[in-house]
Amino acid sequence: MQTRRETIKQSMVVAGLLATAGFPQYAQAAFNKVGFDAKSIQDAVKAYGGGAIAESKDVTITGPDIAENGAVVPLGASTNLAGVKQLLVLVEKNPSALVAMFHVSDAVDANFLTRAKMGQSSDVYAVAIMADGKALFAKKEVKVTLGGCGG
Amino acid sequence: MADPMRIRAQASGDKATVRVLMSHEMETGQRKDAAGKTVPAWFIQEVTASHNGKPILNAEWGPAVSKNPFMQFAVKGAKAGDKIAITWKDNKGDSRTDEATVS
Repeated sequence: MQTRRETIKQSMVVAGLLATAGFPQYAQAAFNKVGFDAKSIQDAVKAYGGGAIAESKDVTITGPDIAENGAVVPLGASTNLAGVKQLLVLVEKNPSALVAMFHVSDAVDANFLTRAKMGQSSDVYAVAIMADGKALFAKKEVKVTLGGCGG
Repeated sequence: MADPMRIRAQASGDKATVRVLMSHEMETGQRKDAAGKTVPAWFIQEVTASHNGKPILNAEWGPAVSKNPFMQFAVKGAKAGDKIAITWKDNKGDSRTDEATVS
């Protein structure tokens, strides 16, 4: 006869084993699978340790008003705030919202430019995650005339 | 092995603007080929940059970054003659490092 206490102990051992073994394909790199699988802006921000997102005029997103080719949409994220830890570029209506994440260090400006694919017209976001976990964002609408995610 | 990156680093004032053009397919894993099979995802996951051997930037990218990705950033305190090295690593474990001199 197994007591309840023993059962709990055993299940904890199993849970511990699972946690240490993990999933090897995710453990190989620091790559944040959760963040890049996230469907919404808030989930992606959460995966990088940010809290609830709040709009801020100290963060800027640059991009075209109308993108003729959704496969190549130049997007820029920047902020002039001190104490930024990470800068995220996201496209709201893409299959996974997160496009790119940049770790900001003292040696570089918190100002990055890259090119993204967009499946359809959507709001694009720049989110700055601060050292204290605050997440500040700026958004802009980009209209896409030709989708870039194939199909 | 992938084609080399094109890196241009230009000093202006007390910082240098670095522009990188990488050569990579950046498959999203959403596209289907002519036979209707999904083309597996193949994209750059990690990008790191260093200035004279000191790591300065670390980025994580998803499949939504465009094909042959472009990236621009500014390095504080970099001057002409400094070395900027960029490394990328994709989800198949391939990687490539290229170096450029600030002009």
